[in-house]
Amino acid sequence: MYAGMSDIEKDLLEQLGRMDRETDNLYGPGLLPASLRMMAGKGFPAINVGATANQIDIYLFAPGIDPKAMDISIQHNVLIVAGERRLITEAGADYYRKERYDGPFRRVLTLPDGVDPDRVDARYRDGVLHITVGRLESSKPRRIEVK
Amino acid sequence: MTDNNPMTKPQETPAATQGGDTARVIRPLVDIFEDDTGITLQADMPGVTKDRLDIRVEKDTLSIAGDLKIDMPEEVEPLYADVRSHRYQRSFSLSRELATDEIEASLHNGVLILRIPMRKELQPRKIEVRVD
Repeated sequence: MYAGMSDIEKDLLEQLGRMDRETDNLYGPGLLPASLRMMAGKGFPAINVGATANQIDIYLFAPGIDPKAMDISIQHNVLIVAGERRLITEAGADYYRKERYDGPFRRVLTLPDGVDPDRVDARYRDGVLHITVGRLESSKPRRIEVK
Repeated sequence: MTDNNPMTKPQETPAATQGGDTARVIRPLVDIFEDDTGITLQADMPGVTKDRLDIRVEKDTLSIAGDLKIDMPEEVEPLYADVRSHRYQRSFSLSRELATDEIEASLHNGVLILRIPMRKELQPRKIEVRVD
């Protein structure tokens, strides 16, 4: 059933969730969304964020969108993803459920300090927009040699 | 077919009957509509590919499930997560008027589309009136 997904990835997804719940308990609603800028967006698309020594990984779960119609911009450490999902409503059909998000969206994320706005890469695959933002050399963790 | 026709309206199977750990499962959001020839179900399942998708019909229950996979660096430190599970699952009960052996499925950009046709003999037919 979980073919194709490594244990590491499963574990990471669980960690992401657990970490966030723990942060909720300690500091209120999470690390990043504590920023007022995060409030816009009505929850679509859902976002996960992870960090490594070299980069910040941002995942936006935005299925059924033309990637060309997405507008991604970054200024200093504020990342903005805007776009629109326009669903086609079948005329003359009876709708029983209409839960999927329809309309414009905009999500604003305040990234950790020390990101390099010139090193941003974005890929859209299987309905997930994956944005990587490199860290500035000066802000990468360094090992200090003891002489 | 009208909205209040109880025979064709797909009813969601209550989570309690699905068993297991439902807290860890993402319930995909769906649009469901019916036209003259059948029912169409559209489900948002971002991060799922064809080979990690599982669609089943057992008796009158339709289950859609899938595993989410995203490219993650190995030593990533989580900062924030709206999505806290990697498993999508949701079930619906179908009426006998639907031809469950003729369901067609497609998946594109994380959107699953299921087309469940009405049984042929129940589809509205246009009767030609012959004039001699």
